[in-house]
Amino acid sequence: MILVFCEVKDGSTRKPSLEALSEARRLAGDDPVAALFVGDKLTGAEDAASYGADAIIKIESPTLASYSSDLFASAIADAVVAKGAKKLLLSATSIGKDAAPRIAARLGAGLAADVTALCLKDGRLQAIRPMYAGKANAAVDFNTDIQIATTRPNVFAVAKVSKAGAVETLPPPSGSFKSIVKEIIAKGSGKLDLTEADVIVSGGRGMKDGANFKLLEELAEAMGGVVGASRAAVDAGWNIPHSAQVGQTGKVVSPALYIACGISGAIQHVAGISGARFIVAINKDPDAPIFKLADYGIVGDLFEVVPELTKAIRAIKSDSK
Amino acid sequence: MKILVALKQVPDTESKIKVADTGNTIDQTDLKWITSPNDEYALEEALRLKEARGAEIIAVSIGSEKAKDVLRNALALGADSAVLLKTDSVEDPLVVARALSAFADGKNFDLLFFGHKCYGNDNGCVGVMTAELLGLPQAHVVTKLDISDAGFRAEREGDSGLEVIEGGLPAVITAQRGLNEPRYANLKGIMAAKKKPIEEIDCALSEAAIKISALTLPAPRSEGVRLDGDPSAQAVSLAARLRDEAKVI
Repeated sequence: MILVFCEVKDGSTRKPSLEALSEARRLAGDDPVAALFVGDKLTGAEDAASYGADAIIKIESPTLASYSSDLFASAIADAVVAKGAKKLLLSATSIGKDAAPRIAARLGAGLAADVTALCLKDGRLQAIRPMYAGKANAAVDFNTDIQIATTRPNVFAVAKVSKAGAVETLPPPSGSFKSIVKEIIAKGSGKLDLTEADVIVSGGRGMKDGANFKLLEELAEAMGGVVGASRAAVDAGWNIPHSAQVGQTGKVVSPALYIACGISGAIQHVAGISGARFIVAINKDPDAPIFKLADYGIVGDLFEVVPELTKAIRAIKSDSK
Repeated sequence: MKILVALKQVPDTESKIKVADTGNTIDQTDLKWITSPNDEYALEEALRLKEARGAEIIAVSIGSEKAKDVLRNALALGADSAVLLKTDSVEDPLVVARALSAFADGKNFDLLFFGHKCYGNDNGCVGVMTAELLGLPQAHVVTKLDISDAGFRAEREGDSGLEVIEGGLPAVITAQRGLNEPRYANLKGIMAAKKKPIEEIDCALSEAAIKISALTLPAPRSEGVRLDGDPSAQAVSLAARLRDEAKVI
């Protein structure tokens, strides 16, 4: 059995979880796949049946209403043992990255983190995962009976496969939490994390001022994307949060489209966007290294080009309505 | 207060990565080595706690002889002592976490600081695995930290917003960029570091749970097309290509 830890949000299963679930279904062949949900009064878990879950396992308790690293890790590890699962997948979301290493340590299981491809080799998982922020790819083999992997969001395809999705429950872990999320200060509604975004519009030193990022916000909004920044822009004191930083010391992203505006293309930045399907570069310096890897390059003044692009995208979007 | 700071030596982030002849590790020739950037935030936070509350800081690294550079730098910045857990390269985070927790066990650390992810292996696992092995609470990928006698209050960026995490001490904290601005070593610190000891312990490693069978470089991206014309023509052309060729709108 492959067990997939899934998260729900706003009454449905999160897309990164569906990606992990779809990949589990693909790997499992005729073997069963179970989607595991942990929380209090879970709604939206039923979605999992449409994405290949033979079983939907719920661990529900008021003590699990708020995320706790140790309590969630023990709940998930207990489920692995209870179901006799030999493979556990989680999406490398903020919770997945937080819980998976604890689970692996608890079970003495190998963990391949933030993988971009999976296959089976002699019945065990084999993973491909980027290292050096994407400058190299490692093939990882497991030596352990239980194998755990976290899947990088936005890399694995979501595939609809209807299965029974028979709901069962497991008891919550006993004992109290060691640490817990007391409060979540929400960002703007509907704003995706950079690692989950399909379209990222990013600004660099060429933006000249934080206030000019409004241009990028408008373009991102027209495309349904989010705004990122290079390290140079974050370090410039323009009031751009670290959480927006793309690159080796920021976030490694894999959107369908990455639009780099006024970004020269330092090696650390380039490493962080190597997973992007398409890259657009807008820069006034025709020799900027970013052009060497851009699918589409525009040599020009971003302050002229970006508003025109926003206009052109809006025109296409309104035509297609 | 007694604080452990775990530090890893990694290739400079500007390095070009080449694969060694063995095919499963990097070619170390001509590499410049640095302290993993996130580990610098971990050390800085420990130093600030030491200044604010008084603390003994023990810097620990796992690696070969050359990892002493990282420890000497930590001593120059204000760590009180340093320990090198001496071994060849380790690629499995669980093996590293086991070695670190075996070292820390029974030494009554109040706080164990890590970078949330080391540059290189990019696992982001060692701190959290160590927390589990020692049975400690954790705050992972932390951008703000308050320590009181009652415990810790940490902020971290979650997928749906800023998460405020609370827990007791002892605890494992993994640092993320934004937590603080690391200081540089001054001459006085560098001189003082020469008098501080670096203890060496031969590190017995547990069996690896994962191993890297092959390391490859991604296919280089090639330059696509440049779009000419005035800004408006460039924009219209790009939008059309994004729709028709890339199919992303």
